[in-house]
Amino acid sequence: MGRRAKNKQGVPPSLDEFQAKKDRREQRIQERETKRKRDIASVGSQAPPKKQHKKFQKKQADDIEEHPEGLPEVDLEELSAAKKSLFDDSDGEQDVNEDDIELEEDDEEFYDSDEEARVKPMFSDDDEDESDLENLNAENMEAFSKQLDEEDELEAEEAEQELLEGAVQPRAKVLPTEEEEEAAEVGPKDVTMVRTRMIEIIKVLENFKELAEDGKSRADYTNRLLKDICEYFGYSEFLAEKLFNLFAPAEAMEFFEANEIARPITIRTNTLKTRRRDLAQTLVNRGVNLQPIGSWTKVGLQIFDSQVPIGATPEYLAGQYILQAASSFLPCMALDPQENERVLDMAAAPGGKTTYISALMKNTGCVFANDANKARTKSLIANIHRLGCKNTIVCNYDAREFPKVIGGFDRVLLDAPCSGTGVIAKDESVKVSRTEKDFIQIPHLQKQLLLSAIDSVDANSATGGIIVYSTCSIAVDENEAVVDYALRKRPNVKLVDTGLQIGKEGFTSYRGKHFNPKISLTRRYYPHTYNVDGFYVAKFKKISSSIHDESKAGAREKESLARSEAEEEGIINGDFATFEDDEDKPIMDQAIKRSMKRKGINPNAKK
Amino acid sequence: MRPLTEEETKVVFEKLANYIGRNISFLVDNQTNPHVFRLQKDRVYYIPDQVAKFATSVARPQLMSVGTCFGKFTKTGKFRLHITALPYMAQYAKFKVWIKQNGEMPFLYGNHVLKAHVGRMSDDIPEHAGVIVYSMSDVPLGFGVSSKSTNEARNLQPTAIVAFRQGDIGEYLREEDTLFT
Repeated sequence: MGRRAKNKQGVPPSLDEFQAKKDRREQRIQERETKRKRDIASVGSQAPPKKQHKKFQKKQADDIEEHPEGLPEVDLEELSAAKKSLFDDSDGEQDVNEDDIELEEDDEEFYDSDEEARVKPMFSDDDEDESDLENLNAENMEAFSKQLDEEDELEAEEAEQELLEGAVQPRAKVLPTEEEEEAAEVGPKDVTMVRTRMIEIIKVLENFKELAEDGKSRADYTNRLLKDICEYFGYSEFLAEKLFNLFAPAEAMEFFEANEIARPITIRTNTLKTRRRDLAQTLVNRGVNLQPIGSWTKVGLQIFDSQVPIGATPEYLAGQYILQAASSFLPCMALDPQENERVLDMAAAPGGKTTYISALMKNTGCVFANDANKARTKSLIANIHRLGCKNTIVCNYDAREFPKVIGGFDRVLLDAPCSGTGVIAKDESVKVSRTEKDFIQIPHLQKQLLLSAIDSVDANSATGGIIVYSTCSIAVDENEAVVDYALRKRPNVKLVDTGLQIGKEGFTSYRGKHFNPKISLTRRYYPHTYNVDGFYVAKFKKISSSIHDESKAGAREKESLARSEAEEEGIINGDFATFEDDEDKPIMDQAIKRSMKRKGINPNAKK
Repeated sequence: MRPLTEEETKVVFEKLANYIGRNISFLVDNQTNPHVFRLQKDRVYYIPDQVAKFATSVARPQLMSVGTCFGKFTKTGKFRLHITALPYMAQYAKFKVWIKQNGEMPFLYGNHVLKAHVGRMSDDIPEHAGVIVYSMSDVPLGFGVSSKSTNEARNLQPTAIVAFRQGDIGEYLREEDTLFT
């Protein structure tokens, strides 16, 4: 409500005030009359008509300014019609106020609208002034100008008073009442109205102290906003809240809006077969409009539009490029595989990352591409062959079987299966399909996978010993919480810098949970900041081997172990101490006192 | 996964020799980076030796693919070369046919190579020899069998077939379901 509230004129004066003003004016006019009579010669000057006009013009200007600052007029009117009380003091009232001002100049114009006033820029005073003008002479000039000065002063005084009245205007009412909510439930949804309300609420939340309605808490606003988000964007309430809590209100809105827009199509040059410059040239000749993605990658191209299907050109079939989201370059770049290493990609399908790793290694060494889903290995094998990766082994294990199958890798990439909250633009079904259960089960699996990944790495590798964990989710449960868990369970790894040029730092604490401070080395990506899919990348270095590396436990054993562990630990992790009420009492009292003081209540007064 | 038997090796090599002739020795003897042939299920893979050793730790049912798939044995014991072998075939090709830009798409949709589309071809191609098909910018597109020798092909009608298609990279899309498993 910020901008509009500023522009608003004060409340209309009460009847008494109004009468008083009227009386005063009449008195003034009378005074003037008598004065005029007293000066035998009639009164006048060049100034008054000019002044009047100037004043009028200024008023006109004010009237015009009234609207452009706020939302478009049409919008406002519609809204006020749809939900009159939502914006209590919109146009209707403003008109009254305007009329009020006019009153000061002319009593008769009480019901005049602006237009009429413009057509007839004349005031009742004018007649007098004109007659005054005719009778102006040197003797009465001084007296007249004095009188004008007095008038000016009076007006200035009134204006000042008005300004003061304006400052104490009531706060905008954004939230609908219960009745209105009920009415809205039944009737057809007004999308524009919901959208406007979301924007208004966000404004209030950003400046809560000054803009909030009395008696409404922050939670009231947030709840309404969440409901509106669910309604407008079509999220389940649970997911909307989960995502909303990750950001400040305004940023959350940006995020939700970015999820409605598809990310640009991007391709990755297969450096095993061609160079980016050559590929770009060939594609441009085919009528493809493209451009490098950004300075952070040397192999990515962004496609704006194309006259040919980009997934069926001869260059595509020849394996010169692969359609790949820009965000999935990131974990491979973080992994930074070197030539002649042995690398494991634990969840590889459809092979975008595997082939990138292979390309980075220039087809030397060995890449294990694993995927738990047999049907998905088909596309993985297709891409590996099309892009000419000759050093890959494709296997179909539950990734938790590693390192039982084979361990001692130089590097492991775990692009974990996730809820997909970062790729809502790609897959709308996430908005409604994800439930609270998913956010317990998926992280549970991710944790086991990450431990398996860590155990599969050779700590004594000369060049590597690196584990990269990534997800296409932005939920903290699947990212920082999993990484924090791994750091607790495997003290033989440490987080290292991802070496990526872009990205925001991972959260070190979130809603009362505190993670390892090193988690700031991990990187988060959002659709609204880098125009890539929502993504998370963490890079570990294994510093020493552990007994777990030798473990011959398969997926089943690990699962049962993790289950029993979870039961033991309970929902609250070890980072949470028990309460000692007696010991805490003085601290609690102190906190209560402090909060009372903050509210302006004297904590000692009550006693 | 196992090495090929004598019999299997013979069948495979005969097929490969159609396309790369004596260059087959480069496939077998690569001193700096030795490669091996391996059979997994009915498919033949060509793998760097070192990778093949690592692949032994993967159980047979779980091993989906390793290195480059060259082709598969049919139920009758013949060997069918797959398009996935193209990178190696193209590298050591003996007979080559280059097709013009306007012939690229028809070929990638599974048609034979027409005389009108041929931009260039090797001089000494005999009749019914394996040829590798390239685009004019030297991108390998597939392989086939010549219908006529180079000399005879010069006198052909523009609509006549110069090479019968046996595999093309369009199969990555068309045959995705059957090609890889």
